[in-house]
Amino acid sequence: MSESILQIRDLTVTFATPLGPLVAVRGVDLDVGAGELVAVVGESGSGKSVSFLAAMGLLPSTATVQGSVMLDGVQLVGASAKQMRSVRGRLLSMIFQDPLSALNPVHRIGAQISEMLRAHQKMSERAARARAVELLEVVGIPQPGDRAMQYPHEFSGGMRQRVVIAMAIANSPKVLIADEPTTALDVTVQAQILEVIQKVQKQFGTAVVLITHDLGVVARVCDRVNVMYAGRFVERAAVSDLFDAPTHPYTRGLLASLPQAGKERLVPIVGFPPNMLRPPSGCAFRARCADAISDCEHAVPELRAVGAAQSACIRAAELMQPR
Amino acid sequence: MTQPEITTPVVTPAAGGALLSVRGLVKQFQMKAVRGMTGRKRVVQAVSDVSFDVAPGETLGLVGESGSGKTTVGRCVLRLIEPTAGQVMFEGVDLAKLSFEELRVVRRRMQIVFQDPYASLDPKMTVGASIAEPLVVQGVGGDHNEKVVSLLELVGLSADHARRFPHEFSGGQRQRIGVARALALDPALIVLDEPVSALDVSIQAGVVNLFNDLQARLGMSYIFIAHDLSVVRHTADRVAVMYLGKIMEIGDAETVYEHPTHPYTKALLSAVPLPNPRVERSRSRIMLEGDVPSPVNPPSGCRFRTRCWKATDLCAMQEPVLEVRSHGQLSACHHPEE
Repeated sequence: MSESILQIRDLTVTFATPLGPLVAVRGVDLDVGAGELVAVVGESGSGKSVSFLAAMGLLPSTATVQGSVMLDGVQLVGASAKQMRSVRGRLLSMIFQDPLSALNPVHRIGAQISEMLRAHQKMSERAARARAVELLEVVGIPQPGDRAMQYPHEFSGGMRQRVVIAMAIANSPKVLIADEPTTALDVTVQAQILEVIQKVQKQFGTAVVLITHDLGVVARVCDRVNVMYAGRFVERAAVSDLFDAPTHPYTRGLLASLPQAGKERLVPIVGFPPNMLRPPSGCAFRARCADAISDCEHAVPELRAVGAAQSACIRAAELMQPR
Repeated sequence: MTQPEITTPVVTPAAGGALLSVRGLVKQFQMKAVRGMTGRKRVVQAVSDVSFDVAPGETLGLVGESGSGKTTVGRCVLRLIEPTAGQVMFEGVDLAKLSFEELRVVRRRMQIVFQDPYASLDPKMTVGASIAEPLVVQGVGGDHNEKVVSLLELVGLSADHARRFPHEFSGGQRQRIGVARALALDPALIVLDEPVSALDVSIQAGVVNLFNDLQARLGMSYIFIAHDLSVVRHTADRVAVMYLGKIMEIGDAETVYEHPTHPYTKALLSAVPLPNPRVERSRSRIMLEGDVPSPVNPPSGCRFRTRCWKATDLCAMQEPVLEVRSHGQLSACHHPEE
């Protein structure tokens, strides 16, 4: 892996709730290499979005963030509001599932992109407008000059997501965090947006963290995958290894539950994710795991190397043996 | 409003007589005039001339992107909304000809399960009361409690769940409660409208299995409406691919998935990301340009032509009709893949 541009160490996010502290992210480590496209996969409530909202400094005041997030040598945990304003949109950008909520309905698209440019760069209004049109072209919006003069409601869902991507890459950030960017889109439009994201990654060398629940999307575009469960990474692997030889029972369970051509019967994962207000001792997955043994109750398993992958299952190596 | 023109429908004859038979179904929605704006009223063509059959015990998958009209078809079938034109025959009865009272009796035999299990249960009613509600509404006698318990067990929940409230359940469990309620009146047909879209994959699998098991046991038919083509492939016997209110291709599910003949079906299947990196990285992908056009003003001729790489002048002038292809399915295209 190339030198890591984003380095997350022991990231922990705790929310104060009326029912007591809820630890949504429990000691997460992640390295993202420059220009790499990595996936963070998990189901609802696994902490995948919260981890990166924490990195962006976008969590509400009820959240306490601990640990370290180094972006190109800058520590983001504990940074002042002013520092974060200078980082967000310049070094680190984030796009979300719903592009409409990221756009101002009463301003023209071109003006919103130029505002983004001028917030971080010394640039004339005129130059910024021209650059905005170029950016719209980069993300594949036809007639970018005319479209720049239009308002968000005049764009379709897919086109809005392109606009938001144009805004996110306006200042050539080192890292783009894409949080379920295609989940609200139709499948033919999703294919287009995934292409735009890959183009941005290749053309500008932007590292992309793709947060998704869709393993098909992961298989299509990502290099490395990090699987999250109950606020921790339970497996990380190269994309081909993950699908060929998953090392964690949760990953195996996810793959078994996916409908695929030729599959006779789906195998769901039994039970539910744990209540994060009262997480179980030891491995958080053990209550749903067919391979759990009494040792799984004792300590929270750390990620350990299993072949080329890393797995947070104490039985990973043993279970990988052909039985 | 002018009556829309209806072309002669071609439909796959369902083996052994159809449970449901839809002919020339049309649904238009009048858009509200915007205050201060003049001009003609706009009409959304949600469903235009759709025909299909559903055989007893069969699952018909309805797939398509947003705006394809798949949900509107489902609701017209149940007459939850009034079709603009066309015929819906259910167990030999033309639903459009029924009075409200007569329709209520027929409705026992057809039920719906919605996408959002959170919104489709009354938060102030116990789960048992929710499941028993159809029995009360339809004036079914006998011991409702006993029936509720057997329904809960049928969908993989337990008897003591009846006393609890919806908020005490997870999404997957709530969807099971919705299914139990739909089963209360022993329906012959259930419309499943995106029934697993709101669920995480690990939970979704259990609900999909439940649908298959219930059908094997009770023999009802499903109309399975979903945008997720992999889920539909797993559940449907036959599949209809819709685009802008029209059926583009319909036939045996395996045939349509393995040998798509309509360019839209091909493009749709190629856009679905498969959870297999080797396949994903080696297969050629058809990238459709642009978005689905507005159903207020659909393209002339073939509705897909504006995004189709095979489109010719003919496609703009003449609307293709459904025709039988070599693998047995029907598709509406002037330039089909064979």
